[in-house]
Amino acid sequence: MTDTPAIELVGIDKKFGAVHANKDINLTVAKGSIHGIIGENGAGKSTLMSIIYGFYHADQGEIRVNGQAVTIKDSQTAIATGIGMVHQHFMLVDNFTVLENIMLGAEGGALLARGVASARAELKRLEKEYGLEVNPDALIEQLPVGLQQRVEILKAMYRGAEILILDEPTGVLTPAEADHLFRILKVLRDQGKTVILITHKLREIMAITDTVSVMRRGEMVATRKTAETTVEELAELMVGRRVLLRVQKGEANPGKVILSVRNLTVKDDRGVVMVDNVSFDVRAGEIVGVAGVAGNGQSELLEAIAGIRKPHSGEILLDGQPIDKADPARLRELGLAHIPEDRHHMGLVLKFEEYENSVLGYHRKPEYSKGPLLDLEAIRKDAMEKIEKYDIRPPNPRLKTANFSGGNQQKIVVAREIERDPTALIIGQPTRGVDIGAIEFIHRRIIEMRDAGKAILLVSVELDEIRALSDRILVMFAGHVVGEKTPDAGEQTLGLMMAGIAA
Amino acid sequence: MSTASTPLPRWINYGLIPILNLLTAFLISGFVVWLIGESPLGALQLLIEGALGSGEGIGFTLYYATSFIFTGLSVAVAIHAGLFNIGSEGQAYLGGLGCALVALALDKFVPWYVTMPVAIIGAGLFGAAWAFIPAWLQAKRGSHIVITTIMFNYIGAALMVYLLVHVLIVPGKMAPETRTFLEGGQLPKLGWIMDMFGAKLGAAPFNVSFIIALVAAYFVWLLIWRTKLGFEMRTLGVSPSAAAYAGIPYARIVIIAMLLSGALAGMMALNPVMGSSARLQVEFVGGAGFVGIAVSLMGRNHPVGIVLSAILFGILYQGGDWISFEMPNITREMILVIQGLVILFAGALEYMYRPAMVRLYQQFKRA
Amino acid sequence: MEYYDIFISVLSSTIRLSIPLIFTALAGLFSERAGVFDIGLEGKMLGSAFAAACVAYLTDSAWAGLCAGIVCSVALSFVHGFASITNRGNQIISGVAINFFVAGITIVLGQAWFGQGGRTPQLAGDARFTPITLPGADAVREVPILGPLYANVISGNNILTYLAFLAVPLSWWILYRTRFGLRLRAVGENPGAVDTAGISVSWLRYRAVICAGILCGFSGTYLAIAQSAAFIKDMSAGKGYIALAALVFAKWKPVPVMFACLLFGFLDALGNFMQGKPIPGIGEVPVQIFQALPYILTCVLLAGFIGKAIPPKAGGAPYVKER
Repeated sequence: MTDTPAIELVGIDKKFGAVHANKDINLTVAKGSIHGIIGENGAGKSTLMSIIYGFYHADQGEIRVNGQAVTIKDSQTAIATGIGMVHQHFMLVDNFTVLENIMLGAEGGALLARGVASARAELKRLEKEYGLEVNPDALIEQLPVGLQQRVEILKAMYRGAEILILDEPTGVLTPAEADHLFRILKVLRDQGKTVILITHKLREIMAITDTVSVMRRGEMVATRKTAETTVEELAELMVGRRVLLRVQKGEANPGKVILSVRNLTVKDDRGVVMVDNVSFDVRAGEIVGVAGVAGNGQSELLEAIAGIRKPHSGEILLDGQPIDKADPARLRELGLAHIPEDRHHMGLVLKFEEYENSVLGYHRKPEYSKGPLLDLEAIRKDAMEKIEKYDIRPPNPRLKTANFSGGNQQKIVVAREIERDPTALIIGQPTRGVDIGAIEFIHRRIIEMRDAGKAILLVSVELDEIRALSDRILVMFAGHVVGEKTPDAGEQTLGLMMAGIAA
Repeated sequence: MSTASTPLPRWINYGLIPILNLLTAFLISGFVVWLIGESPLGALQLLIEGALGSGEGIGFTLYYATSFIFTGLSVAVAIHAGLFNIGSEGQAYLGGLGCALVALALDKFVPWYVTMPVAIIGAGLFGAAWAFIPAWLQAKRGSHIVITTIMFNYIGAALMVYLLVHVLIVPGKMAPETRTFLEGGQLPKLGWIMDMFGAKLGAAPFNVSFIIALVAAYFVWLLIWRTKLGFEMRTLGVSPSAAAYAGIPYARIVIIAMLLSGALAGMMALNPVMGSSARLQVEFVGGAGFVGIAVSLMGRNHPVGIVLSAILFGILYQGGDWISFEMPNITREMILVIQGLVILFAGALEYMYRPAMVRLYQQFKRA
Repeated sequence: MEYYDIFISVLSSTIRLSIPLIFTALAGLFSERAGVFDIGLEGKMLGSAFAAACVAYLTDSAWAGLCAGIVCSVALSFVHGFASITNRGNQIISGVAINFFVAGITIVLGQAWFGQGGRTPQLAGDARFTPITLPGADAVREVPILGPLYANVISGNNILTYLAFLAVPLSWWILYRTRFGLRLRAVGENPGAVDTAGISVSWLRYRAVICAGILCGFSGTYLAIAQSAAFIKDMSAGKGYIALAALVFAKWKPVPVMFACLLFGFLDALGNFMQGKPIPGIGEVPVQIFQALPYILTCVLLAGFIGKAIPPKAGGAPYVKER
């Protein structure tokens, strides 16, 4: 006997301009189960969930809830259809109480007094039935993150969600809080609710899901019963066999230690520890690649080394000199160059003309100045030289940077940082949103820098990029470096480490 | 498809849309004129006649424009660093104190061209000083600069009234003002420029500070687009995250930008205080600080645009004065109506016409 | 007891001077708690004062004047809302523009319609809100201490004064005890939370701005036809900005707003009283110090020296759906 699936997706397709985020997705989620969806960044998981929750509309395809085809035009319709979502970034009002947050939008009347009594009663009931304990009168800003998330779950349950979607829920939780969450999810399942769990962490998939679907590059590549699969199989499906972009490179000749990170702990803006007691070295003439799914602390690591974010504790040394208190200007003087992960908001000022961006961060150098003035002639000449050398198109230093393609924009950043002949170079996502030709070009430049004896730290979510360029690979997961491998390590091995299963 | 992300050609963005905004403001103003029973076209005619129809009229127009150039530059410099300085009114008021003290000290001893540079420094210094505390509060304590500069406008006004009534007042006189400056403390009129064009300046106080304003406009352009500091200010104003990446120090740039902004506002005082009334009086700023906001917005925060907008507002002020003589029903306050509408349509509603423009442009391209 | 008489006199002055502040500050409260920064309070006060005075004159009815004041203020709120909510324009610029526009048009229309140099004609009788004598006031006047307090301070105010003090608990009740108030406070802190709960951020903010308009309408009407007997040029005299200062000083809460306004009103009354009177040991305190004090206090507060003044988190920025 086949039970009607709680939710069924048939042929869901979604494009954002040139990006094909969801390609003909088919998904069947059984009622009363915990269904995991696993995949790397950019696999299309979040887009798919946003379609289910009504934030986006699919270009093609159908959604069926309890066997009935539905059109989910906005989040209110989704809520009415019994779909609740716990977002990665909580949608809570910090200076409201738990009760006020839960009631917001479902107050039960124009006057709160009436709704409050019934809300409290309902919360008590939810607490008893599902173990969702929380003090209704506590202020959100005073609650630990785990409890805040519980409020998000309660919000969905309060509105009668039968299908609960959780998007990367354990990213901000401590292991103890994560365990508690899993217990709650199991209770929900046993009570007949359906849970869809989006995650990149294999341990979680194996621990609590009944079924798991793997997404990769916009496609649903496989669905398995969790009991019938292994972490190895899932890791391979997640990371996949790809054509490796092999770059010609010789053997590395690492020299002395240039960049040294010792017991570094970095917190994000919320005070959550994102880099947890990390230590490693980068030598002259080697490329150290940091692999991992985004959100495991790599961004904060780069920001701390680049002087943009003050570390909580630990040391960073450049050529023996402590730099953890230095600001980006000083670091540039000391010979550290930084190709940031976000070229749109950090690496470039899109409104500026190309030549202005070609000196961003170095605009105070004597070769670009005439006293207090900028030596525009020198700057433009220098920009033109870089344009020629790096084949930046269109070759117009007066063009507004926003009008350049992604690949060319990135070349502007790469040219700027590399041509300073730094001692050490830290790089984040160098080829995100960049076309193949530019990717090859940028990769070759990075290898050249390495051969010239520079110390290079490369952070990328693209595993094949890491494997193609690195001499050593560090894998980051949940703020720790969980292991070090050579580039000939298998995809499976690396995939497992990236998903939190130690090799 | 969202129209917000469609790029429009430069001439629409910088030419057509601002003109449409301006026209809307004028149309509504015309409607108000009609509402009170006067002829909008007649009023328009008088406006142009009064502002540009005689040497004296042009003189007054340029006299007003001078003040607006200074305050417009003041607002623009701050905006480029991402700061909304509403305090130009108070900073100009304090600038008056600065240049008056210089004039009172030196006018007996030296000719005007020696007093002038010292007065410029004095006015700038006092204006900058008045901008310092709000700047520091924003840079170091995160206090919203809009609120603090508005507060300082009122504190400045109270301070200046106190000084004029109790300290600087001429003993024995009733009016709360300083003594009149001697020739050494006055800025000479530019009658000779008028003569060159065959017109007579008459009573218009068009004076040397106009030249100073133009020079200031040039230096502001130089600062913003040709200096390292200007580069850092612009980066901070457009993208604070890129500024952090580039190692541009937030606090320092905020304070420097506000000091420069305050200094420019302070220099506005040279025009009325030393170039016209030759003494320091209560309320001599007369709203020019706020007009500076309109001027800067309309002029797209660029010195050339600011000079042109300042002249436009000068025309409005002088023309408005003229209208109020000839059509007593339309008082001087009509200027405020037009000013408010211009700020509204060129500022807050500046993109109101954009979606329609995008649709028209796309249709036009397809045709 | 001369000192007590002075006290009574200053106290009743304080109340009289704080009423427009209370109404306007409450208006700002509704608007800013919803995330819409409103510098245009000054313009709304002035505009509604003018409208109230005109209509009161024409209809000889103070209540009609009040209606007109409210309508005018709400209309201006709509403009501000249209600019900052629908068009996502800069809220400061919009407010400044409205202030200018109103400052000008009130004089222009006033002169054109009444020809008295910008003011409206003197109002009398039913066209004004006159002081109300509470029962027993005359009887108890001679009673020591409590008598003058009841007779001169509590009694003898016009109805708008009593309404102002009523507006405070009413505002508190709306903000904290109704669904509308809950959502309004939420949208000023985290519009995303409101949006994902399926509530329209725009419409909610418009309603907040309309509430602000209504309250400002009371404020301007009070100025023109209760406190005075006509509209006079620039009669709001910066009170809109003092109300803003009081709002910040009170950390955006209704009851502290009332006290902050009373404080600022007291400073105003004290300043008037102290003119020409020396303090022993210091001499004559210039009235300008009292005038500047509310603004100085606000800056001190904003600097974080008297506790933290944390504005609504989403204030001043238009809401753009993040996708």
